[in-house]
Amino acid sequence: MIPEIGHFSIILALWVSVAQTLICFGGAVRSSPRLIAFPRYSSYVIFLLTLAGFCCLATSFLVDDFSVLNVASNSNSQLPWPYKLAASWGSHEGSLLLWVLMLSGWMSAVSLFSKQMPDEMRSLILGVMSAIAIGFYLFMLLTSNPFDRLLPPAVDGRDLNPLLQDPGMVIHPPMLYMGYVGFSVVFAFAIGALISGKLDSTWARWSRPWTTAAWCFLTVGIALGSWWAYYELGWGGWWFWDPVENASFMPWLCGTALIHSLSVTEKRGSFKIWTVLLSIITFSLSLLGTFLVRSGVLTSVHAFATDPERGVFILGFLIVVIGASLLLFAWRAPKVGLGGNFNFISRESALLANNVLLVVAAASVLLGTLYPLFLDAMGLGKISVGPPYFDAIFFPLMAPAMFLMGIGPVLRWKNAKTLELATKLKWAFAISLVSAIIVPILMGGWSVFVSIGLLLGFWIVVSGLVNLLEQIRRIRMGSERTIFQVINSLPRSYYGMLVAHFGVAVFIFGVTLVKGYEEERDVKLAVGGSVELSGYRFSLASLDDLIGPNYNGIKGTVFVHGADGKLVSTLYPEKRFYHVQSMPMTEAAIDTGFFRDLYVSLGEALEDGSWVVRVYLKPFVDWIWGGAFLMALGGLLAISDKKYRSKRRSVPNQATVSS
Amino acid sequence: MKPRQKRLLLIIAVLALVSLAALLVLKAFKSNLVFFYTPTEVVEGKVPVARAFRIGGMVVDGSLQRKQDGVSVSFSVTDTIHAIDVTYEGILPDLFQEGKGVVAQGRLSENGSFIADQVLAKHDENYMPPEAAEALKRAREMKLSE
Repeated sequence: MIPEIGHFSIILALWVSVAQTLICFGGAVRSSPRLIAFPRYSSYVIFLLTLAGFCCLATSFLVDDFSVLNVASNSNSQLPWPYKLAASWGSHEGSLLLWVLMLSGWMSAVSLFSKQMPDEMRSLILGVMSAIAIGFYLFMLLTSNPFDRLLPPAVDGRDLNPLLQDPGMVIHPPMLYMGYVGFSVVFAFAIGALISGKLDSTWARWSRPWTTAAWCFLTVGIALGSWWAYYELGWGGWWFWDPVENASFMPWLCGTALIHSLSVTEKRGSFKIWTVLLSIITFSLSLLGTFLVRSGVLTSVHAFATDPERGVFILGFLIVVIGASLLLFAWRAPKVGLGGNFNFISRESALLANNVLLVVAAASVLLGTLYPLFLDAMGLGKISVGPPYFDAIFFPLMAPAMFLMGIGPVLRWKNAKTLELATKLKWAFAISLVSAIIVPILMGGWSVFVSIGLLLGFWIVVSGLVNLLEQIRRIRMGSERTIFQVINSLPRSYYGMLVAHFGVAVFIFGVTLVKGYEEERDVKLAVGGSVELSGYRFSLASLDDLIGPNYNGIKGTVFVHGADGKLVSTLYPEKRFYHVQSMPMTEAAIDTGFFRDLYVSLGEALEDGSWVVRVYLKPFVDWIWGGAFLMALGGLLAISDKKYRSKRRSVPNQATVSS
Repeated sequence: MKPRQKRLLLIIAVLALVSLAALLVLKAFKSNLVFFYTPTEVVEGKVPVARAFRIGGMVVDGSLQRKQDGVSVSFSVTDTIHAIDVTYEGILPDLFQEGKGVVAQGRLSENGSFIADQVLAKHDENYMPPEAAEALKRAREMKLSE
């Protein structure tokens, strides 16, 4: 009964979405206030119906209802309950339900937080969003119904893929989807603005917090996925340039560009056409990501049974959404006036360069991801594009972007003076340069790569601090305020920008130092044996049998001693064997530290009872994810700025302190 | 400069930057493509010299051998027509098994064996790496056409 209720509420949600879309656009054509007011309430209805559907599915998973095909294929009675819950979005069908749940949630959020927006605009935005929702409800109901029954019911389920049985995987998909789907809000804002012809600073100011919110979720989602890959795939890498990772990285790059171009559109009225186009591209890439991951085109943990019908549906949907929005863009964009003028040396130019670099980076990821698929689909052979390609392009593209990150915030809008800039930043550059030369020597091994990486990291931090000090000094000049009052008076969005940029610096430090100084050894170890790795002694003390809820396995005990002979840590790497899917899994054991991770994983058992063991020393590796979380925190600070909560006010045109 | 000229110059500058970047990207792309060959194609000498490529197929039953250090392994990969020896140093993936599909990336050594620097297996029990499936498919087609 419960699955049928869920199925029914999803069908209802589809019909309410259809009604909402028709009424919104009808209301826009007739400019009828009564029609225009409708979506404010119907959005909540769609959300509640979808939530009901989702709860029904989750219940089916939690009570082990194996008469539901989705439950029978992705869960098992022995599965611990948090994973049963996670399994409800671990499958293709369930993840689509999560997608629409997020979409309807964002829709309600727009309805809730847009009180100061004109009714016509809000109605258009919600209409566009419900139109997207229709596509996804139809896709789910027609090709991948999560509530399909299985007759006769299975005795027990086929279990969740063991790779996904992990705490990180419980929150990674919802976070990532919140990001993907969140860009639909920005997309809807852009389409609404194109239709109504009101592409102005107000539109940009409304779009900004939504863009940043979606971007924060996506950042956290990607970071969690990367962290999961680091400890769960068992082999210590944190980014593989796997097509599935790229699928989430492309919208992130464009979203980052969008955040920056929106700031120009809001403050200066420039880049309007570009910002609209970028909004469309960002959401299109989110859809493309969903398509790539969920259609079975890509083979990975994320891809499920290849079903051509599904692929064709999503591809068709993708073409309709992207095609229609680009057509609308081509039709309306020429009517948008040009924005304010600016000189070559100005904050606008720096942000323009940032956008060009980020978008080119996204395009090159797109090329590397789609070209092999394209060749394969055309029957022209199989090729793969590996990490060397992405490494080769990312460094030269991102290094100038990182350099600009130090300069951009210091530059004035419209027209800046080169001399003034050089005076402000010469010490920052000198300090960064000296640190970048000294620190690698202290770390015990100088290399060009490490030095450049550190230079960029230090540069971002020091120039950020210089910028902060200058803001404080400028405000204090001629005022009686204490330094704390001044610090308090700077807008939150400014601190958000600083924190996010520091996050990038922390991330760069992590990446550079791991790449530069990590140590790795694969060795054969018997119980009692040990291996030395840059001052640490790893000794395998024992191997014990392990019995888990839905697996059994071997648990190793590894003592790690430092150079002084003191015990640093005891690690318990595991090799599990999951019964139902008869799948072995490596569970790495990691001692996490601020400056380094010690990493041990059990490879293969050999005939004589010893094991091939991999040990790693990963300096500063956690800074990679720490940096990502700082970026998201910066975004959060920016959203909490009070300027987004204030009532309608005139467009600020003076060059204020802000991101 | 007039605003129009300024805008034009700006557009030219952006275009120049983009073309430079595109050039860089395409160059990197060309030199880093990894092509896929079946064991038969390797035996027939159709593979590039001094360039990494991928092979795929089934691991021949009983072909897995391990050296004393436990880390160096060798095994044979077949597409049912020809088999080639693969050597690898490192830990094999969890789902690597004799008689199952596998994909290896690396180079051909002078004695005709394949030195892998990456070995990929499938992600779960019912799924075969696409390259391995492709190698078997091509072999089937060749047998049929003979």
